[in-house]
Formats: sequence, structure tokens, C-alpha cells
Amino acid sequence: MQRGGKFLEGALRRGSLARSTGIARRAMASMTGRDALNSALDEELARDSRVFVLGEEVASYEGAYKVTKGLLKKYGEDRVVDTPITEAGFSGLATGAAFYGLKPVCEFMTFNFAMQGIDQIVNSAAKTLYMSSGDIKCPVVFRGPNGASAGVGAQHSQCFAAWYGSVPGLKVITPYDAEDNRGLLKAAIRDNNPVIFLENEIMYGKTFEVDDAVLDPEFTLPIGKAKIMREGKDATVVGYARSVDSSLIAAEELAKEGISVEVINLRTIRPMDYETIFKSLKKTGRLITVEEGWPQSGIGAEIGAAVLESEAMFFLDAPLVRVTGADLPTPYAKNLEDLAFPQAQDVVQGVKNALGQTIASAAATTI
Amino acid sequence: MPTETRKEVYKTMVRTSVMDDIFYLAQRQGRISFYMTCSGEEASVVASAAALNQSDEVFAQYREQGLFLWRGFGLDEVANQCCSTTKDPGKGRQMPVHYGSKELHVHTISSPLGTQLPHAVGAAYHMKLKEEKRIAACYFGEGASSEGDFHAALNFASTLQCPVLFLCRNNGYAISTPTEEQYHGDGVLSRGQGYGIDALRVDGNDAIAVYAAVSDARSKCLSTQSPVLLELVTYRSGHHSTSDDSTRYRDPDELQSVGHQLSAIDRFRAYLYDRKLWTDQEDREFRDHVRAECLHALEAAERERKPPVTGMMSDVYETVPKHLHEQQYAALHQMGVDDL
Repeated sequence: MQRGGKFLEGALRRGSLARSTGIARRAMASMTGRDALNSALDEELARDSRVFVLGEEVASYEGAYKVTKGLLKKYGEDRVVDTPITEAGFSGLATGAAFYGLKPVCEFMTFNFAMQGIDQIVNSAAKTLYMSSGDIKCPVVFRGPNGASAGVGAQHSQCFAAWYGSVPGLKVITPYDAEDNRGLLKAAIRDNNPVIFLENEIMYGKTFEVDDAVLDPEFTLPIGKAKIMREGKDATVVGYARSVDSSLIAAEELAKEGISVEVINLRTIRPMDYETIFKSLKKTGRLITVEEGWPQSGIGAEIGAAVLESEAMFFLDAPLVRVTGADLPTPYAKNLEDLAFPQAQDVVQGVKNALGQTIASAAATTI
Repeated sequence: MPTETRKEVYKTMVRTSVMDDIFYLAQRQGRISFYMTCSGEEASVVASAAALNQSDEVFAQYREQGLFLWRGFGLDEVANQCCSTTKDPGKGRQMPVHYGSKELHVHTISSPLGTQLPHAVGAAYHMKLKEEKRIAACYFGEGASSEGDFHAALNFASTLQCPVLFLCRNNGYAISTPTEEQYHGDGVLSRGQGYGIDALRVDGNDAIAVYAAVSDARSKCLSTQSPVLLELVTYRSGHHSTSDDSTRYRDPDELQSVGHQLSAIDRFRAYLYDRKLWTDQEDREFRDHVRAECLHALEAAERERKPPVTGMMSDVYETVPKHLHEQQYAALHQMGVDDL
């Protein structure tokens, strides 16, 4: 690849043998979740003149969470547009622009506010290709933070993965780390279908190590393919976005007790990569799903049903365990909020329940 | 505005402002997680509150703490809500400044913008059907007036003829978006006409003008059982919230000339001095007193315990369903609490 070539050139030019041994190692860089999104937007704006960004505070303010930092300066007011406060208005505007042939990237300050524009997203963006018998495409990306943050109460903490995940016509993506953010956002923008891109605010500030290959302007990830973050043989833990974080921490802890957990990062909710889940289940025999959203009709429910209606069902050695958010609007007080969302400890407990080491009372995180 | 009311309005404006200063700083010191001030808008909110009846149903946005204080919401309730303690009337469920009070007829503050407008119309419609001698009063910012709900609310209020008083605090900014980018029409006032609603623009930083306008508007609402729209032109001299730094987008000269020189509190104080209703010494003593009250309330709230886990599962439904009882039991068991 080009980057590897430049590195090689530099190493040889400096004539240092010691440097050149670095070629054998994978070159790594580090970047925050936020920078990954920012660089993806930057590159796609440069690559395709039909792409433009719109939303509240995205331009001069550089984004409520600074995801669009520097873009107005680089691309100007026509490509980075500040909108008045009306989610119904600007999601409709984005949808219309996409119908016309542009490629809008529409930011919601949080997906909680997108509910004020959900009719545009579902009834217009998602259904129009079908209802126009293929005449009218809608290559729009709706992106923004989703799910729990920290101390923001019920109307800023809801996870919408299950809601959007049920709508035919939409693709729904839930990135976890910087590699996911970059590869999947670029893929989403290049895709000609309407895409819901559910980010997580807490991952914005987190720093991740990425392969140099991830930094390439042509780097994309396939939509609809899950990633195995950690291999294991005793239990399969499936999570998405921030739940991957707690799942990885739990896996590390369980490893100390000799329990080997395979952690799957879904990356995409719709189309869901059932194959990867089934393949892992066949290996381990135990399935634990982890999500921040509510239990009823959630992502775990969908995965459970999918397993039950397939031959993967026969590989289950224990009932499904769903680790989910508590079935109530998110409270604000810190002690209550911490109890309302699954922590690594809850995933550990969930795995142990699946392995048959249940405690006397009903598992705290399952229904 | 009756003379006795003038002093009370002024004092509440000052109480609001001092409270804002202390709680804003408390956030900066890490003692609370979040706060929103209403600096610059004290006259718009308090003088209008004073012109309403205590029983008028209020639907607000999040910058109307002056109205809460006018109606009798205590500084201790403010502190307990912001610190999210066991004494929080909101049971630890809401972010700071999201107050509410059934007794004081103020609906609990809700974050999504503009949703309170159709709510207010619904309430007013009910009042009309039941021939109650009160109105619904709805506060919102000019930014929120861009939301679809604003248009739906005004159209319904007009076509159904509901006794609702719409009070728009046009304070110049919606986070960083200035009014020139929020709308290109003649403010929010002109939209009232579009919906067939009587509308008036008021100097929101003139407490007496606000009081007079709101009193008249309220009478009209009540007697004709129809909506009125008031656009209170004011200025947000503080940041949008503790998550914002307005120095990034605001011209410091503008803050000085508009914000400070046209300050609602300063103007009203000068008026009171001129009419010999208030003195400099009284002002200083009052401010010191309020400051002490606020600090006392904050410190007391900080020492309070957090809300009980036993209160977490209630109010999801009218009665607690079985599965939540089970989850509560399991959560408490996990915490090592078994004897209830």
C-alpha cells in the first residue's frame, strides 16, 4: 500500500537497519472515536462533491460534540450547513436532497431528538424506493450519538437500535471503535440506501490503536459483517457499540477464572450478520447478548428468535441470556443511572448464568 | 404594576440572578453536573410570572427558573434537584434545572424543544370546555419556534380558539445560532398574524412593560377564550448552558453594549431608586442575604443522601408491575440488601 511504501522509503533513505526491521511489524497509529468520524467525513466530502453535511451547530460551532470540527473552514457554507432547530424540517430537507441526487450526511444532536423527525426517516427516506417502484433513491446518512451517555437523563439516553433495526429499507450501523467509525461511516456515505449511523458519545473521546491501513482514504468496512473481537470457546457474547466495551472487559475478567469467552462486535444491526453469531454458537453452545436498550423487542430478542428458528437452536446448551438496560426511563441520579445500564459485572454475571453458575435469586439482568 | 409588586418582582429577579451565579459556579467546581442560567432574561420571566395567576397552568422550556421562584419554589428544592438527592421532588430522575411542581401549576421541564406548545394548547382546550377561569401560559425560545410543534400548536390554538398565552423569549441565540440564521421573517411576532392570532412585541428587558403586556394579554385570553402571542425581545447574556462557551461565537462588544448596558435588572433597579422604593444599601444587604441562602441550600443538599434504589422502579406505570418488583428485588440483592 502507499503508506507502507512511504515508510519503506523513509527507512531505507535513513539507511538505518534497525529502523527497517520495523517493516515486519504492523504499523499502528492511535486515534479517538471522534477523530475517526471527522477524518471519514473530511475524506468523503473531498471525494464526492454530492456529499454535504447538515444539522444543528455543525458548521460555525464545529459540532455540538466537535465531530465536524474544521469542516466548514475547509469546505465552505454550501457543503457544511447549519440548520434552524427543527428535526422534522431538516431530516425532511436531507431526505428531499437525497431524492434529488445529493448525498446528505444529516447530524442529529442525539438520536433522541430524531424522534421529532422520525416520520421523515421512516415514511419518506426508508420507504420511498419501494413505493416509487425503484424510481426514487435516497442515499442519505442520518448520524449522531445514540444510547447512554453519562448523567443526561431519560430524554437523552435512549438506544434506538431496535426501533430503526426493524424498518425495511434502512441500513442500521452501530460502530464501536475508531476503526469501525472510519470504515463504516465511509461505507455508509458511499452506500446508495438510507443509512442510520448510531454512534456513541462516550466512545468519541476514547483513544484506540488502529492499523495504518485504517488511515487510508480508501479504507472502508463491509456493512452487514460482524467482527470477532476476541476468540473463545466457552461462551459467545454478542454486543454492539458501547456494549462491546463492557463485553471485552468482562471477557478479560472471566479469562482469569479460566472461562474463555468469544466476543462478537455486531457492527451492523440491519442487515444483521446472523451467520457469524450461529457459527460462534455452534462452537461454544452458550449465547449471551448485551445491549444498553430495553429488553422487550430489543436486539437480544431478535437474536434469540433468529437462533430459535434455525438449526443453530440445537447447539444451545443453556437458555439464552440477555443483558440489557433496565426496563424504565433512564434516571438521572448517578447511583440509579449506573444500575440502569449493563456494566461489565453484569456481563460477567450473564456469562456465568449461561454456564450454569446461577445465584439463588433471579439473575439481576435477565427477564 | 402595583407598587408592592414592583419590589417583589425586582427582588425575585435578583434572587434568580444570584442563584444562577452560585449554581453555575457550582457546576464549574464540579459540585453539580450541569446548569443553565437565565442571565439577561430575568424581567421577561419574572415580570410575566407576576402578571399571571398562580393557578394558570404553565408549560415552560428550561430558562424560566425565575417563574418557579416567583411561584414559591424553594431554593432548597432547587438545590436538591440539582444535586439529585433523596429530597429532590423529582426523585433523582431528571438532569438539573428540569424542575416541575403540581402544586405550583408548572409542568415538569422536558428537554425536546417545542413539545410543550401543543401540550399547552391541549390544556387550554380543556379549560375552555370546563369553563375554568384560568389560562395556559407557554414559554419557549425563538429557536424552539422553528420546531414543527410550534406551527401545529399555533394553528390549533387559533382554529379551536383556546385560552393559551404564548410567551416567546426571543433572546438572540439558540446555542450559537443567532436570530439572523434562525428565521428570515419578522421575528416570531409575524407568525402569529399568519395563524390569525393577536400578537404583540414587547421590550423583554423592561419589567414594567412586560407586566403590563402580559396582564392585558391574559385578560384578553380569558375574556375572548382565544390565544395571544407575545414576543418578549430580550438578550441571553450568559452561555446556553454549562456545556457551552459563547465567547467562541459572540462578539464581546455586543455582550457589553446589548447585554450589560440594557440589563433588565440594572434598569429596574434604577427605576426603583428613582421612585425611592429601594436603596443601595437595601440592595447590597438583600444580595448578601440571598447569596447566603443559596450557599446554605447548596451545602445542605450536598450533604444529603442520594435517592433510594427502592424509588427507582416506581412511576414507570401507575402501579409497579410484577417484573419490575422482581428486578428491584434482584438489584437490591446484588447490592447486598435483603431485608426490606
